[in-house]
Amino acid sequence: MIDNPKHGMSLIVKTITRLTIGLILIFGIYIVLHGHLSPGGGFAGGVIIALSFVHLMLAFGKDVAAAKVSADLASNLESIGALMFLGVALLGFLGGSFFLNILEKGVPFKLFSAGTILLSNMAISLKVGIGLFAIFLALVILEKSKE
Amino acid sequence: MILYLLCLSLFCIGIYGVLRKRNLVKIIIGLGIIEYSMNLFFVLLGYRLHGRAPIDAQNQDILNMVDPLPQALVLTSIVIGLGVTALVISIAIRIYEKYGTFDITKIKKLKG
Amino acid sequence: MFNAHFIPLFVIIPLLGAFLVSLLGKYLKRAFVDIFSSLICFLLLAISFFGLITLRNSGTSVLAYKIGGWIPPFGICMVFDGLSAFMLLTVNLIAFFVCIFSLNYMEKYTDKPKFFTLFFLMLTGMNGLVVTGDLFNLFVFLEIASIASYALVAFGTEAEELEASFKYAIMGSVASSFIFLGIAFLYGFTSTLNMADMSRVLSTKPSTWLVPFVSVLFLMGFGLKAALVPFHAWLPDAHSSAPASISAMLSGVLIKTLGIYAMMRIFFNIFGMTSAYSSVLMFLGALSMIVAVILALSQWDLKRLLAYHSISQIGYVVLGIGLGTPLGILGGLFHLFNHSVFKSLLFLNSGAIDYSANTRDLKEMSGLKEKMPVTANTNLIASMSIAGIPPFNGFWSKLIIIFACLQKGYVGYGLVCVVGSILTLASFMKVQKYAFLGELKEKYKNLKEVPWAMKLSMISLAAICVLGGLLLLPSLKFFLNDAVNVLLEGRNYAGIVLGAASR
Repeated sequence: MIDNPKHGMSLIVKTITRLTIGLILIFGIYIVLHGHLSPGGGFAGGVIIALSFVHLMLAFGKDVAAAKVSADLASNLESIGALMFLGVALLGFLGGSFFLNILEKGVPFKLFSAGTILLSNMAISLKVGIGLFAIFLALVILEKSKE
Repeated sequence: MILYLLCLSLFCIGIYGVLRKRNLVKIIIGLGIIEYSMNLFFVLLGYRLHGRAPIDAQNQDILNMVDPLPQALVLTSIVIGLGVTALVISIAIRIYEKYGTFDITKIKKLKG
Repeated sequence: MFNAHFIPLFVIIPLLGAFLVSLLGKYLKRAFVDIFSSLICFLLLAISFFGLITLRNSGTSVLAYKIGGWIPPFGICMVFDGLSAFMLLTVNLIAFFVCIFSLNYMEKYTDKPKFFTLFFLMLTGMNGLVVTGDLFNLFVFLEIASIASYALVAFGTEAEELEASFKYAIMGSVASSFIFLGIAFLYGFTSTLNMADMSRVLSTKPSTWLVPFVSVLFLMGFGLKAALVPFHAWLPDAHSSAPASISAMLSGVLIKTLGIYAMMRIFFNIFGMTSAYSSVLMFLGALSMIVAVILALSQWDLKRLLAYHSISQIGYVVLGIGLGTPLGILGGLFHLFNHSVFKSLLFLNSGAIDYSANTRDLKEMSGLKEKMPVTANTNLIASMSIAGIPPFNGFWSKLIIIFACLQKGYVGYGLVCVVGSILTLASFMKVQKYAFLGELKEKYKNLKEVPWAMKLSMISLAAICVLGGLLLLPSLKFFLNDAVNVLLEGRNYAGIVLGAASR
């Protein structure tokens, strides 16, 4: 991470950011994976994952964040997320009807119970997270081009 | 009953914001207040007396929960509101680039 | 159950197409985007024809599909009956021709893959709204289609387009929140979201104040989406500033599915039509007819004039449906189909003029008939259709609506229809005179006709205009009669759908 004093916020903010964005990302992934056991799921977990990237952009400036996830990569990942969700829904056709839950449902209250809900949560979190970060990136690029 | 009336008065405050304010960003904030009050009203409809949170835990029985269906629907509605707000804000930024002002009484190229 | 598997395809195919075009459009050649988009629209049109024939041959009046295998009060079910088949065929037909037209027209704008992504998302929303049987699912698809259309109106990012899109977005969002409030009240009272189940519960558990209150909220919300007169202020700006193929989609199908189809489904099949709703709908329809046609007489911008005429013709449809008699509903639905066809053709013509001559102002163009004969002739056919001149299709539907008014004894409303028709004819004679006849101006000496893809879609739509009256022949009349019978069933819809879903 570049420590350029002209871009971004002060040194204290940059130090703390280096420590916390990993924790925020892991917390977001935890909420996504336990979507069928505790409150949360795809949308809420996706927003928290997006927030870790936005935190990076706010503290270090636009260039560092755009080097990690560029605008083209964000657009492609978003489409892949939506196609994954549609793929999970179409898998239900193998069992008989659209959106049917075909993977086996194991013991209740364990991590791998409830079939395809885990896969759809992961697809939704990818789409929502990357989408929210792409909105921020687009608004910031718009701001820069105005000057 | 008093909670529902307060929700509807929040809705009226949002409508006042959309109708009477002249700055583009204040109109967007009014729209946001309208959407929040709608979501709050829908969640409050699911309340049952002495109910607890609708989470299926291992050693508690299923009776006495509040209604979980409005909570799932409001999750969808919040994301719809997020999408509309993002779109309208980017349109507002571009309007500032083209017209030079945020005042709606001066953005009047389309007439008749 | 075997022959109902095609119903989710109406939502899956455009959604798949939207994200595949967004992903692959940047890396493959330009021809890929063109061929792929036309293929998807053609596939949708083929499946809607297939669905119509399957429904006809299956012997029952409703095909129901349970998503995920969950039975209806607990899961979402998709319902395919006569009215859905009618609306789906209209939507997919117009979408196919507009897609072919925009292959060439959108070259003037930047970023064609993004345009097709938004276009297919709007088509997903409209198809899903017509096919669903669940009230909150209807709201979600309504929002998908609306948000895609807000973004499409602002696609060119000129100053006027952005202003029009902002107004449309704010007004549309406020209307959606009124609809959401109505759905919240209905859920609180009946504790179910399935439309058939809700209709059954509402007939057994009466309440004096709930249904009128919620119908006023729905009238405000869906009335704004359908552009009835007190709620029409967004339409002239939005439809005139959008790119021409999007104006054709918005004015041709979006205001009909989002506004009129949803209102019909809720008022006829869930609440049951009473004489109070009848008189309100008829009054709003007649008001739209007259106010919009008078405001259109003073316009010099071609697309703004066409947008005001959209509001007026939607008034005819609402008047016909509001009558409630079999003849009235037949006239209203037939006029809905006809208006989609000739209004899209008129907007595509204005797009062709914009593509060649770069202008939209009627005072600037003249004498385009010698350089652009295909555009001029199709415009003549569409203008005669909208004014109601025999034997084009507009004449038949307006005649049925006027007969239905007189049959029920409303002579005043019939007179209003005739006056509206005469003023419409006056407006379109003005368009013909200023745009096509007369002397060719100096700066237009080098005009060329539009490319073959645009000519193909215009000629096909004009052919449907000419042959549209044949839909009233007894062998083809089943297409309209099935749709009319669904609305006349009223609240029996509930029993039929729940019976079909339990098989």
